Amino acid sequence: MQLRVRALESILTEKGYVDPKALDLIIEAYETKIGPHNGARVIAKAWTDPEFKQRLLADGSATIATLGHVSRVGDHLVVVENTPKVHNIIVCTLCSCYPWEVLGLPPVWYKAAPYRSRAVKDPRGVLADFGVTLPKDTEIRVWDSTAETRFIVLPMRPAGTDGWSEDRLAELVTRDCMIGTGLPKAPQGAGR
Amino acid sequence: MNGVHDMGGMDGFGKVEPEPNEPVFHAPWEGRVMAMNRAMGATGAWNIDMSRFSRETLPAHVYLGSSYYRKWFLGLQQMLLERGLIDADEVEAGRALRPGKPLKRGNFTVGDLPRVLSRGSFSRPAQGPARYKPGDRVRAKNIHPATHTRLPRYVRGHVGVVDRLHGSHVFPDSAATGQGDNPQWLYTVIFEGRELWGPDTDPTVKVSIDAFEPYLDPA
Repeated sequence: MQLRVRALESILTEKGYVDPKALDLIIEAYETKIGPHNGARVIAKAWTDPEFKQRLLADGSATIATLGHVSRVGDHLVVVENTPKVHNIIVCTLCSCYPWEVLGLPPVWYKAAPYRSRAVKDPRGVLADFGVTLPKDTEIRVWDSTAETRFIVLPMRPAGTDGWSEDRLAELVTRDCMIGTGLPKAPQGAGR
Repeated sequence: MNGVHDMGGMDGFGKVEPEPNEPVFHAPWEGRVMAMNRAMGATGAWNIDMSRFSRETLPAHVYLGSSYYRKWFLGLQQMLLERGLIDADEVEAGRALRPGKPLKRGNFTVGDLPRVLSRGSFSRPAQGPARYKPGDRVRAKNIHPATHTRLPRYVRGHVGVVDRLHGSHVFPDSAATGQGDNPQWLYTVIFEGRELWGPDTDPTVKVSIDAFEPYLDPA
């Protein structure tokens, strides 16, 4: 693949369609600047600021835009909240739609057949693949991203984090817990 | 189209395999493919729905047997060839044999970077009033277009409830075939797991899709 890709890039460059330096910068942005740490900041803020959380759930795009991320969010970002009664999971059965602006590029498993095929039919089985077990009566709410709307999960704030700063809380927010295939890390010493 | 890309509910693909500490790219060429796709998309050579359709039309065995970025590479090359932006003899030679053609929004340069790192808006002025409101029962149409559609097979014919209205958006089924934006109202529609997968299904499961109004009938 390396050779075929290099050949195609040579053709596009020689024809003037793309500047390879610009391609370098796109790659650099996704390797270093745009990733789950952006989403984690949003979640941590929502955990500490009820007013922000309310606005976030009402209008994810506009509210996250106020945080000034490198990758400006589009108009169609929706934040869905986990509660003791409802657990949300995001999938794209048709391709790989994913909230790039707040989570970066999707992991391989998110784009692969096992997840895409099973998340809508056997979400608890998928969660088990991630080592996650939820109470039997928790509603499992699967969001299939079939249009340009993008979803991110607002997980429940872990117990034992009273008084924690946003920075400290952000460290508990994993990429998977914002997709719904994981839970936030337990605070150290809480023994969860 | 009823392609293998429409995977919701299929069996036999095995377990999900999360990769601890997964790198953003597994080889340098993956990053180049991602960047070339973003860049060429930004030149206006095609729209996002056309690029999705190009990957869906890869032969089924190629689609299933290729890594994600290999699919992106094959789809990209196919679109460039179809539009005459590159030629087969150039692919064979591994270099340009003719000068480039003019692109709708011009060649991609460093100055275009902010545009590809931000997400575009797909909202468009509505062509008429929305037919449904939250709480309405709707049935996903039993349709099987041979071209691009975002109505997955697993909901077709099934009844769900409108959860929310997202406004009027570019209609992928039209945009993918070059017929313009043809804006349509977009709804999140929730289906009970049992409605989709039968009475033995876990009763706690609910699945939503985002459905364009032409995909729905009142129920």
